[in-house]
Amino acid sequence: MDIVKLNIDNKPVVVEKGATLLEAAKSVGVDVPTLCHMKLHDMNYENNPGGCRVCVVEVEGRRNLAPACKTECTEGMNVNTHSLRVINARRTVMELILSDHPAECLTCVKNGKCELQTMAQNLGIREIPFEGEQSHYKEDRSPSIIREVDKCIMCRRCEMACNEIQTVGCLSAINRGFESVVAPAFEMDLEKSTCTYCGQCVAVCPTGALSEVDHTRKVLSTLVDPTKTVIVQTAPAVRAALGEEFGMDAGTLVTGKMTSALKKLGFDKVFDTDFAADLTIMEEGTELLGRLQKHLNGDKDVKLPILTSCCPGWVNFFESNFPDMLDVPSTAKSPQQMFGAVAKTYLADQMGIKREDMVVVSIMPCLAKKYEAQRPEFAVDNNPDVDFSLSTRELAQMIKGANINFEDLTDEDFDNPMGESTGAGVIFANTGGVIEAAARTAYEVHTKKKLEKVEFESLRGFEGIRSATVDFDGLPIKIGIAHGLGNARKLLEDVQAGKSEFHAIEIMACPGGCIGGGGQPYHHGDTSILKKRAAAIYREDEGKEIRKSHENPFIVKLYEEFLGEPCGDLSHKLLHTHYFDKKKKVEINND
Amino acid sequence: MAKYNSHILVCGGTGCRASQGEEIVENLKQAVSDNSLESEIQVVRTGCFGFCEKGPIVKMIPDNTFYTQVTPEDAGEIISEHIVKGRKVERLLYTDPENKEQIADSKDMGFYKKQIRIALRNCGFINPENVDEYVARDGYSALGKVLTEMTPEEAIKIIKESGLRGRGGGGFPTGLKWEITNQVENEEKYVVCNADEGDPGAFMDRSILEGDPHSVLEAMAICGYCIGGSHGLIYIRAEYPLAIERLKIAIEQARNLGVLGKNIFGTGFDFDVELRYGAGAFVCGEETSLINSMEGLRGEPNVKPPFPSVSGYKGKPTNVNNVETFANIPVIINNGAEWFSAIGTEKSKGTKVFALAGKINNVGLIEVPMGITLREVIFDIGGGIKDGKKFKAVQTGGPSGGCLTEKHLDIPIDYDNLIAHGSMMGSGGMIVMDEDDCMVSVAKFYLDFTVEESCGKCAPCRVGNKRLYEMLDKITQGKANKEDLSILRNLGNVIKDTSLCGLGQTSPNPVLSTMDNFADEYEAHVKDGKCPAGQCKDLMEYVISAETCVGCTLCSRVCPVDAISGDKKQAHVIDTVTCIKCGACMEKCKFNAISIQ
Amino acid sequence: MAKVKTLDDLKKMREQLQSKITLREKSDHPEKMVQIKVSMATCGIASGAKETMNYLIEELDNRAIDAVVTQTGCMGYCHSEPTIEVHVPGTDPVVYGNVDTKKAEEIIAKHIVGGELVDGIIPASYKTANEDDNEK
Repeated sequence: MDIVKLNIDNKPVVVEKGATLLEAAKSVGVDVPTLCHMKLHDMNYENNPGGCRVCVVEVEGRRNLAPACKTECTEGMNVNTHSLRVINARRTVMELILSDHPAECLTCVKNGKCELQTMAQNLGIREIPFEGEQSHYKEDRSPSIIREVDKCIMCRRCEMACNEIQTVGCLSAINRGFESVVAPAFEMDLEKSTCTYCGQCVAVCPTGALSEVDHTRKVLSTLVDPTKTVIVQTAPAVRAALGEEFGMDAGTLVTGKMTSALKKLGFDKVFDTDFAADLTIMEEGTELLGRLQKHLNGDKDVKLPILTSCCPGWVNFFESNFPDMLDVPSTAKSPQQMFGAVAKTYLADQMGIKREDMVVVSIMPCLAKKYEAQRPEFAVDNNPDVDFSLSTRELAQMIKGANINFEDLTDEDFDNPMGESTGAGVIFANTGGVIEAAARTAYEVHTKKKLEKVEFESLRGFEGIRSATVDFDGLPIKIGIAHGLGNARKLLEDVQAGKSEFHAIEIMACPGGCIGGGGQPYHHGDTSILKKRAAAIYREDEGKEIRKSHENPFIVKLYEEFLGEPCGDLSHKLLHTHYFDKKKKVEINND
Repeated sequence: MAKYNSHILVCGGTGCRASQGEEIVENLKQAVSDNSLESEIQVVRTGCFGFCEKGPIVKMIPDNTFYTQVTPEDAGEIISEHIVKGRKVERLLYTDPENKEQIADSKDMGFYKKQIRIALRNCGFINPENVDEYVARDGYSALGKVLTEMTPEEAIKIIKESGLRGRGGGGFPTGLKWEITNQVENEEKYVVCNADEGDPGAFMDRSILEGDPHSVLEAMAICGYCIGGSHGLIYIRAEYPLAIERLKIAIEQARNLGVLGKNIFGTGFDFDVELRYGAGAFVCGEETSLINSMEGLRGEPNVKPPFPSVSGYKGKPTNVNNVETFANIPVIINNGAEWFSAIGTEKSKGTKVFALAGKINNVGLIEVPMGITLREVIFDIGGGIKDGKKFKAVQTGGPSGGCLTEKHLDIPIDYDNLIAHGSMMGSGGMIVMDEDDCMVSVAKFYLDFTVEESCGKCAPCRVGNKRLYEMLDKITQGKANKEDLSILRNLGNVIKDTSLCGLGQTSPNPVLSTMDNFADEYEAHVKDGKCPAGQCKDLMEYVISAETCVGCTLCSRVCPVDAISGDKKQAHVIDTVTCIKCGACMEKCKFNAISIQ
Repeated sequence: MAKVKTLDDLKKMREQLQSKITLREKSDHPEKMVQIKVSMATCGIASGAKETMNYLIEELDNRAIDAVVTQTGCMGYCHSEPTIEVHVPGTDPVVYGNVDTKKAEEIIAKHIVGGELVDGIIPASYKTANEDDNEK
């Protein structure tokens, strides 16, 4: 290994050849400030266009200042990260950026979590000596994501997330010079673009330029409406991240506190999306086994591999990008939608209320869920199965607004019947979790034998694309897993080309799965947070008594009392869906 | 083969073509045929002669008579008088602005006397659409020599020893660049010709491509051999249709001749060239932006390193040189490094092409040895300042350069001297200003260009240049205070110090250099609210002298906003609030009663 | 167009094509070679200046003498047309009168090649074509 020796702020530093000044400085405790730079270590993605110029440092013998994030260390370099020249330049650049940024901090969605704000504070910016034109763009509201483009500082992180990680190719820099901004092509609205609403752009945006559509006020007003019965479902990934919003360590499980808080907020019933995840396994697992059986029987028309369909970002992605393969994914609805469909039929009946008097709210780590809840096919007479989908961040906001001291809350349990879940439902939050949950059930159904070790370690991990063969008592089942839509695209292209040997593929749009969703607390580039959330989810699974979906007593009861059998007639009506060709959707704005 | 007694060379550059150059060619041919002289007289459409001030140009060979501002109607007379009767058409001859004497032979013109034409050697000399004429001028012999007699390293050594530096702006040693690209191991390498000329007023690259396209193709092939690449790409702006057309013809001819394509000169060396069109973004003249653009990406720069020599087009080692740089290569190979390095200064060898523009008598394209002084260029070659006005400043290096003044006139022009004095060589634009030009407005003009052409990738250039422009605007409106001047200077320095690419690193130069050299002018705007040059509209007032005004009412009738009042035969008055300072009144007044204050 | 396959091919081709532009190359450095100006006013043309000029060009080329032959206006010696001015580098220009093709051959052979003056020089009080031109 080649090494390089240099001096940073008079400290000798030894680094591997190829290291940047930023990395070298960090290794000796010098934190050079950065703004556009974002390195997602565990995913091997890095955004460093070298554009913000906040990280400039002085290198002896060099004509101009060097961007620490893009300058490779060379032998004998003498670097000063806080000379007067550097500090003056850094502050001036920051003043320039702020001179073209709305000074709306107090009312901004990112207030207190904004990296630009923090940077201005750290650099001690007290006034801006430049006055002049500010760029103005129209605000763009989609069902999930709001673009307040005036707040864009051209860091290009969202562009990296959208193009390199997700390969959606919706956001990119357009226009030139002072007018340049990140936007969909032709400045079309997100809703008209190929945006999947995965929200990874929101997850990395340092400012308030990208945020989620806020439904908290609407939810608050239904909560006080005496004519409505408001029930809530919480997705598995939320409990592993919500605590971060209240200063708790990443990976702290707050299931009980969350339930307690929701009850304090006034929800009539607090249920668990994990219950619907168990239901999803019943349907999707049955569908998988059905297709597999036909395949084993030599049926040439059967579509394999079967693809999971519980991630709405992923559904949007294949509807836009692979419209020729709409019959490949499972037809099973996502847990959120299964929950809504069952709640507004079975549960409403049990509770003796009318469909239109029930309001279903979901708490999701996800922004695409907002769009999914609004899909017309998920409504009956314009009454949606799920009325409002809130992100983890929105829930935190509501809790804070209700003066609830989250940390001091006593744990409470979910309500029944739709609050009971198994460990299989919990691990839906992690990449590989859905297929592991499916395997636990499918194994027992197919082999009629008891699965002794429920953990399929081979399906777990953080690699973008993984594959494993699971032994179904002599029958090898080949499984593929992808998280991040760019990785999904690779697997899909293989399927499209007929090169895929998998029987089943699990896909989650967000890196890490739902724990890394676009609606989760901001990780600000620290991907170790995602790993801690994932570990928490597996802990929750381990702590569960029942860890296989088909053993959930309330699921068993639901089939007995209401649905009949998995993939039966009523199941098909309530729990399955179909997909649309959205390639044609994209059109250029005429306005 | 008929042997021609005379050649008539007609400029076929974009400028002269726009002034009916094509019709001149047609009419000359017609007149030749009317006089049955087809076997004796050849009419040739060449590239640009450089003397654009007086185009269209027609040059008679062999007596070198240089006809200027020729119209299609003059064709008959040129043939019947000059050719048939041996009498020069005097009214078309060039008149020296100094002594008002007519000069017939272009060699005697001040404009050409001090020029040494190496890169432009064939411009205005050969028919660029005829490869035979290029071959007759030793064309492709340098390529032949390199391929058959030299190793790549030997050829690179010649280029290195010649001292040739990049003519596109940066001035990086060309031979060294080739050597670096040569040393990077890769099976696939690219030669890119940067023909994305974008400095306002500069058109040397266009002229070379229009007048001598083969020289660039030959040089690219030589470069390909030297670095170990067989693909050539010319990135040319789509606004250069004639250059594109001539390049296409040249590429086709070179392929037919076998000097492009497979197994050139039987040596097994393959090389071919294709054209890539740019949309004319200034920043795409920066090599990493250019490569991004060629790859179909947004035309914006990347942080260097990695340099294109290591990772360029499609991530492969790529040697990018500018058109003028390439045009020097074949001559250097043929005449040797010593011949070339004998011209110029210690660190800047050879010649440089400059585009003269602005308030100068001889607007046009010139090629002069490095080390020549600004005084020689502006006064001897450029013929001095228009209308006998006083020289004030010259902007070299386009929007990236700086303003040089009277005190810089005797500095030998080369890369390092220009930088040392706050300007730069750039691609060779030279815009001359006279006493009527306001230097704050000049700086504002350049910043307007930079703001327009910034790609927006880095913050200091994207926002900083906009703020620079706005502050200059404030100064020209008399709204700035003294503190603004120090903010302006600091901002300029920070933009230079922190911008990502060459565009932003140099864009404040016009501001900083005018602040240095014309500090009093900035102060006059800020402190006294006056524009010494009388250019800034917001800082001037039109005033009618009550003593001189006879009350003829002409001014009040011509005023478009009815700002002038006064009875007949009474002194008139301008309402300065309503006045839009169009100057129409002053122009009309027959008694010089109106002045600017 | 035949393909150039070797460097020799190119050299041969160049030799063949050279004549296309020699005239232009010569005009760049006329002071280094023989310059002949043929008076081409009405009287000159009437007395055969054109033939003389064509002959001079042809013959100089045949003898491979680097020369530039140009036409000029009336030199004022109408009595002796066609008149030509011969300027061999390093010597003073000389004006000859009554130059027909025969005389032209003699001038080339004796004056230009041999370096000795020939009969027919217009007397010493002559003005050279240059002084008569407006270009000086």
